[in-house]
Amino acid sequence: MNTTSSLSIVRNQLFSFVRKEFYHVLRDKKVLLILFGMPIVQVLLFGFVLSNEVKDTRIIVIDVARDEASRQLITKLGASCYFKIDHISTNENEIEPTFKKGKIKAAIVFPLNFQHDLQHGNSAQVQIITDGTDVNAANTINGYIMSIIQDFSLESNPLQKVSYRIVPEVRMLYNPQLLGAPNFVPGVMAMVLMLVCVMMTAVAIVKEKEMGTMEVLLVSPMRPLLVIISKAVPYLLLSFVNLSVIILLSVYVLNVPVKGSIVLLLSLSALFIITCLSLGILISIQTDSQQAAMFASLIGMLLPTIMLSGFMFPIENMPWPLQLISNIAPSRWYYIIVKDVMIKGAGFSSVWRETLILVGMTIALLAISMKKFKIRLA
Amino acid sequence: MDPTNKILSIQTEKLTKRFGDFTAVNEITLDVKKGEIFGFLGANGAGKTTAMRMLCGLSTPTAGKAVIAGYDVYKGTEQIKKRIGYMSQKFSLYEDLTILENVSFFGGIYGMTSSQLKIKSEALITQLGLQNETKKLVGSLPLGWKQKLAFSVAVLHQPEIVFLDEPTGGVDPVTRRQFWDLIYDASDSGITVFVTTHYLDEAEYCNRISIMVDGGIAALDTPSNLKKKFATESMDDVFYELARGAKRTGD
Repeated sequence: MNTTSSLSIVRNQLFSFVRKEFYHVLRDKKVLLILFGMPIVQVLLFGFVLSNEVKDTRIIVIDVARDEASRQLITKLGASCYFKIDHISTNENEIEPTFKKGKIKAAIVFPLNFQHDLQHGNSAQVQIITDGTDVNAANTINGYIMSIIQDFSLESNPLQKVSYRIVPEVRMLYNPQLLGAPNFVPGVMAMVLMLVCVMMTAVAIVKEKEMGTMEVLLVSPMRPLLVIISKAVPYLLLSFVNLSVIILLSVYVLNVPVKGSIVLLLSLSALFIITCLSLGILISIQTDSQQAAMFASLIGMLLPTIMLSGFMFPIENMPWPLQLISNIAPSRWYYIIVKDVMIKGAGFSSVWRETLILVGMTIALLAISMKKFKIRLA
Repeated sequence: MDPTNKILSIQTEKLTKRFGDFTAVNEITLDVKKGEIFGFLGANGAGKTTAMRMLCGLSTPTAGKAVIAGYDVYKGTEQIKKRIGYMSQKFSLYEDLTILENVSFFGGIYGMTSSQLKIKSEALITQLGLQNETKKLVGSLPLGWKQKLAFSVAVLHQPEIVFLDEPTGGVDPVTRRQFWDLIYDASDSGITVFVTTHYLDEAEYCNRISIMVDGGIAALDTPSNLKKKFATESMDDVFYELARGAKRTGD
């Protein structure tokens, strides 16, 4: 047989297979829901519900001092977009019941003689009480109140002559408003792509084994490698749709722009998608039932993505065995890439190491898959 | 063994498959003529499926020779795959695809062009009387229809040999009879049929049968000769006589 006609046969096979695969996907409502519902829900969920931004946080003020200085500071707190003053009281006993009702996240207490201390002793005290059950939020709120107070003390006493006073000026680069979205968008991207590519591909291939159709495919003249590739192609395309949905949502709904090159972001995402597809293929070769494939994908891939990629919990704070394990989670590297390219606007020169790691992982995964696949065929 | 033999579709000589210490298929030697309907019988665990997988190129033999459709099983699997059809004991069409979609998918992976496919699928649908059902999902068809459709798809590309692995499992007798009509049609058009079955009445429909016991071929002849040899009126007796001596128990 000459090469042109065998090429056209391969093209024919690929086309028929990919078309069939799309029928499977488009006719399964559950799959459609996971594919397109999930990324939207995730982005919106993380964007609006799970954010730890400080915005309109309700606070209670216990103003025992009731003097000019305390009133000024209270006005300044209330005027910022970060806090809403629930109410002002003079009774400290009100703090706890109000906390317990869940109405407030912080309380500020101005003791007696606040203004007097400020003007004469130079060391007026303010008590800040936050809800320690939510440590992250408490810390953030604390920081915001502190900076407002610091501002205030500088303004109110600009001529104050204090030697050796260090005022740190804190700037959060790339995310100055400490918004939640720039932090989680890369994480959600890693998570959704991981889920779609690893789990969907693994389940789709194992389903053919379970139904007995895989055997029919292997008896056909279609090369086994081509069977696997055509099985993965639709998910590659669908992942791109997903990726675009997430990026569009984050740009237009969450106002997180793509700072770096969109081409770089998309091509490195394609690399990550291929890494995930190889992982899905490996899982599908190693398992024989859809349940097992799904379980392996969820436990083996999705959990590490959430736990070990640095998206939810900082890797630096983990015990060293977990830090070591986090190295083999592809999503860890992709997370860094997206953060650098999309949020910081970095170029390829700053993510080439991560890119290389992903390329290496993909090659290794594909090599292992090919080997296992051949063993199973024999 | 002569690969250029135009009369024989399947030739094996001492074909053997071992998994570690276990010899699943032990030195089987058989010839199947072109257009013949060859029944491949044996109890569960006798080695039928393993033998068939070797003949289809799904599994590499440990020892022995085999020539399928003129090609060596060791070197010519790609050529063999183009010239055989296969229908497995698990139902093997896609339930969430329509009849026409299934037909064009399998035609496509066998490399048929769309014009070839159009002619073939029209003929297939007319033969099965499915003109009004082409847009129905295969999952909604009764089992008998599915089996007939699966067989027709397996011979869609006009293979030289079609391998059927227990094709009529769970089908009622009337549909089984209709299924065998399809097999005869295929055989008449020159397709060699290699079929495994558990139904001994079906064995009678075959031109010749072999009965496997413990990985080896215990008997190979026409059904009437076998009955004569064992001095009995029914294939059941022949089968039980041979299978009783089996050392392996079914899976």
